[in-house]
Amino acid sequence: MGNKIKAVAATGNLSTGFREESLVRAVNQGAHFVGCDGGSTDSGPYYLGSGNPRGPRQGVKRNLQRILGESLRAGIPAIIGTAGHAGGRPHLQWAVEIVRELARENGWHFKLAAIDSEIDQGTLVKAFRKDQIKPLSPAPPFNEDVIREGQRFVAMMGIEPIQCALASGAQIVIAGRCSDVAIYAALPVMQGIPKHVAFHAGKILECGAASVAQRLYADCMAAELDESGFTVEPPNPELRCTPQSVAAHTLYENADPYMLIEPGGRLDTTAARYEAISDRAVRVTGGQFVAAEKYSVRIEGAALAGYRSIVIAGIRDPLILGQLDHFLSSLHAAVERKIADNLAPLPGAYTLNFRVYGRDGTMGPLEPNPRPEGHEVGLIIDVVASSQELASDILPLVWHPGLHHPIPEYQGLISNFAFPFSPPGVDVGAVYRFCVNHVWELDDPCAPFRTTWETF
Amino acid sequence: MRELWQFTKLIRSKNAGPFELTFDVMFKDRAGYDLVLKSGVLSAEAIAKIYGVALEEIRLFNIEQILTVKFSIPRKVFSGDVSDTDVYGGQFHGPLVRLLVDEP
Repeated sequence: MGNKIKAVAATGNLSTGFREESLVRAVNQGAHFVGCDGGSTDSGPYYLGSGNPRGPRQGVKRNLQRILGESLRAGIPAIIGTAGHAGGRPHLQWAVEIVRELARENGWHFKLAAIDSEIDQGTLVKAFRKDQIKPLSPAPPFNEDVIREGQRFVAMMGIEPIQCALASGAQIVIAGRCSDVAIYAALPVMQGIPKHVAFHAGKILECGAASVAQRLYADCMAAELDESGFTVEPPNPELRCTPQSVAAHTLYENADPYMLIEPGGRLDTTAARYEAISDRAVRVTGGQFVAAEKYSVRIEGAALAGYRSIVIAGIRDPLILGQLDHFLSSLHAAVERKIADNLAPLPGAYTLNFRVYGRDGTMGPLEPNPRPEGHEVGLIIDVVASSQELASDILPLVWHPGLHHPIPEYQGLISNFAFPFSPPGVDVGAVYRFCVNHVWELDDPCAPFRTTWETF
Repeated sequence: MRELWQFTKLIRSKNAGPFELTFDVMFKDRAGYDLVLKSGVLSAEAIAKIYGVALEEIRLFNIEQILTVKFSIPRKVFSGDVSDTDVYGGQFHGPLVRLLVDEP
């Protein structure tokens, strides 16, 4: 009988909660480490671009207190991935500062490894010139201008930088941008668990209790890994896993349900078997790990797209609704002239977009039925410009003409928009966009990542 | 004729990273899964028509083990981009819910 490693995921995301008693139970059952993911690209490019973490800080601190407290009590490592939601340098620093506070307040003593995954533009230019940056699909165009104009870039680490930190005695690892799976695969692979087992278990664990049959609330998940497979079982007795619930989780947020691309290779679950071994536990075997010819890490980057100001309005008049597309396109043309006359913006300095809820506001160009069929629509006048001042100045040049824009059925001054607020508009702030969907081919999986140490 | 949602326990869309959307249609039972597959309402051709994407852009998986039809398409507008409408990609499944399923 070989090694058995017990892995615990505190929850799916550090900013959501979990039951403290579930974590205590899992740790008492002999967990070898506790992991938790702290981020995602799911909430869009804002966090990476701005450098702002996603809170609430108080909630993240409370969850970290429980995770780190339990790990230190049991003398096992805690591994936190994608600190501060986007895993850039300011996000990592934010999380490390919370850990410092906790260490002080609780009188804890431990060795902390913080792994920085932000890539400086100069480093990225060098990698680009060496032809180490390769596109995924679909990828935006990428060149040195994109690198220079980007606001912030991170590389998504695999298991290796975490393993280096653990091997050097880290009790708490706070990682910048990190593969969710790597959080849970790093330690087991170090202990001799095959990659196909460790990566597959990582995929199931990374969303916490999301792989249970009936997710009642966010909670912990645990798995025991050995050389031939793993058994997943929620530590909370109120929750249970079924073969279907575990297998179904491989679908989640993954474009291909059988193929999970990770730094260094891919997990192929085509032949995986999911078997109930009790009414709450599932045994998983049969995944394959196929090593990549060349080790690579995904790069994420955000660029500033401009500054946004918006107006919210309702339209209820059936005659306007009956000709809404024409009404808005003729308004668009009229206000473009007005903006040019009044503000003389540089070409391309702003975009004006009418978002119509009740037509295609939710699905945009993917809406198969882009016709308003209800008795009212909601309108967002969306301006994104090269400065906040310009976006703000453009707004009244759109909403005021729009308010009185004529239709042929009416003679005399009309008021087309119902504004729920005064003032009708609001400045939203900086807007970012993801500017890269590429991988970086590496000779050394740890090369882009820098670990700093603190002892408390 | 019944609508697709009447055969399913879950219909959802979601980002698969910022550049792709993925759709999961999970069935209540084997009979419903078989009937819907046979009806063609979730064929690659049908999906291409609903979402206005080319056939070769669709990755479609019929996963018998968990009675699920899954497909993924590239995003025309990346998540959070200036003209994006759904940052999490969570509402793009809407047009699937009431698809009419032919029953023999």
